[in-house]
Amino acid sequence: MSIEISGINKSYGDFVALQDINVSLPTGQLTALLGPSGGGKSTLLRIIAGLDTADSGTITIEGSDATALPPQKRNVGFVFQHYAVFKHMTVAKNVAFGLEIRKRPKAEVTRRVQELLELVHLAQFSHRLPSQLSGGQRQRLALARALAVEPTVLLLDEPFGALDAQVRKELRDWLRRLHDEVNVTTVFVTHDQEEALEVADEIVVINQGRVEQIGTPDQLYDEPANDFVMGFLGEVTTLGGKLIRPHDVEITVMPQHDDAIQGVVSRSLRVGFEARVHVLTDDGEEVSVVLTRSHARHLGLEAGQAVWVRPEPGALAVPSLRAVTA
Amino acid sequence: MTDVLAPPAGPARTRRPSGGPFRLSTASGIGLGIGLVWFSILVLLPLAAVVGAAAAGGWSAFAGTLTDPQTFAALRLTVVEAVLVTVVNAVIGTVVAWVLVRDDFVGKRLLDVVIDIPFALPTIVAGLVLLSLYGPDSPVGFNIVNTRTGIFLALLFVTLPFVVRTVQPVLLEIEVEAEEAAASLGASRFTTFRRVILPSLVPAITAGSSLGFARAISEFGSLVLISGNTPYRTEVASLKILKFLEGDNQAGAAAVAVLLLLVAVVVIVGLDILSRRVARRG
Repeated sequence: MSIEISGINKSYGDFVALQDINVSLPTGQLTALLGPSGGGKSTLLRIIAGLDTADSGTITIEGSDATALPPQKRNVGFVFQHYAVFKHMTVAKNVAFGLEIRKRPKAEVTRRVQELLELVHLAQFSHRLPSQLSGGQRQRLALARALAVEPTVLLLDEPFGALDAQVRKELRDWLRRLHDEVNVTTVFVTHDQEEALEVADEIVVINQGRVEQIGTPDQLYDEPANDFVMGFLGEVTTLGGKLIRPHDVEITVMPQHDDAIQGVVSRSLRVGFEARVHVLTDDGEEVSVVLTRSHARHLGLEAGQAVWVRPEPGALAVPSLRAVTA
Repeated sequence: MTDVLAPPAGPARTRRPSGGPFRLSTASGIGLGIGLVWFSILVLLPLAAVVGAAAAGGWSAFAGTLTDPQTFAALRLTVVEAVLVTVVNAVIGTVVAWVLVRDDFVGKRLLDVVIDIPFALPTIVAGLVLLSLYGPDSPVGFNIVNTRTGIFLALLFVTLPFVVRTVQPVLLEIEVEAEEAAASLGASRFTTFRRVILPSLVPAITAGSSLGFARAISEFGSLVLISGNTPYRTEVASLKILKFLEGDNQAGAAAVAVLLLLVAVVVIVGLDILSRRVARRG
């Protein structure tokens, strides 16, 4: 086990940021800490890096207790949301920083900086200042700088949070490929479930200072431990008092099944390639259904149309606890 | 309309008008005009007049004034004291700014306000303040009147806020994350300060130091009471100018004034070059 987090608690005054966190992160994996903003995931990452200290609990990195170690001695690479590059240093100097601190020979530093800049596709910018780079390039620079010292673990705090959608997507794919190439144990924090599902080997869902579930993207999506995880990992709607994914709702214009609930289409709109239909059931539930545009056209769904809805056979449905109390 | 398919002309505002590279719009032309007239009336013309007055006596009179041993001693004392004060300010001012921005302590807000008192006081009052504690009737038994230490202290007093006030806002803007990044890369607190924080502060430190230096070589009010004005020992340039004027030696006064001006320009330009060098080196 590369990182062993056990019994971590952290409060700021009355606010409980983290409560009894126990997580093991195996060597070489890419793990996402996923959860809503203010849920404590960044705090956990900072505690692993030694930038914050926990009130109680221990952090073990590669078998040695790191709980009391200062950040300088943990050998972790940390990448911040807002890059935190050294603005007055050139790209090459930024990457060289950690190596110069470690008093590596000059030739080695030059060679390693060149290698890393090639790895992050910034080799042609080595003499530029960070202010002359785009956001995506700055974040790649920050990544190269963190990787330069060959860290035991690489920690990324919302690394793509400050970038626009397109660059985000590109960097996301690139991070995955980079990880497969470099193979350093990596933990990244995100509030974007799509990002986590797409990139991570394993996802730790954190909400209100607690771990809700740990599992692979498939496990989390297909077998959510509770309604929070289900709701956070994708769109949900309620049908017959249960949470269900909108694309798992079967909709027909004739009563074909006994378990189908009758309702009326209240609204129908098209978003790109899919159609979203809102059905007001006779029980007074507002069910949202997602289907392909051609299917919707085939059924001729329009506002006022009488329909029958039911969960598709084999669809995942979770009792909706919070929706009832909300 | 046959040219609808022609490529659109580039946006007009990014193109320079054909009248030349520095053609201004009417509004900015008026603005620049007002600015220049204002600056000329207040600064450029009087400066030119002083240079003119210094030159009126001819080169030999000018050189003669400055090489006069007593005048030279006053100029040297002024510049040496100002340099020392500037060096102390650069260090202490940065420390004070650091404490005000980064540390939390009781009375911080009060200290933040009190820093400006040397700015706010008429300088003759500053002299009086120092005199009451470090004068002939000093309650702490420390008399600085008519000593170079006294001049040093008075200059430190009146120039204290410059570096503090220029460094403070820059320090507030510095991202703590860059320091955290340096720490996780293995840099000690000292290395982080030297290689990450200081380079960002250097321009502000030099700007404050330049202001402080200019103030120090020109200081008058606080020194009238403290320096004692003894030729060769505690006579500074500004008081020397006063003496020339009292002796109806306009050209002598102007000559000293021009030299002070020259020193100020050289030091300010020099500090600016230094700050660019350091900021770039990292």
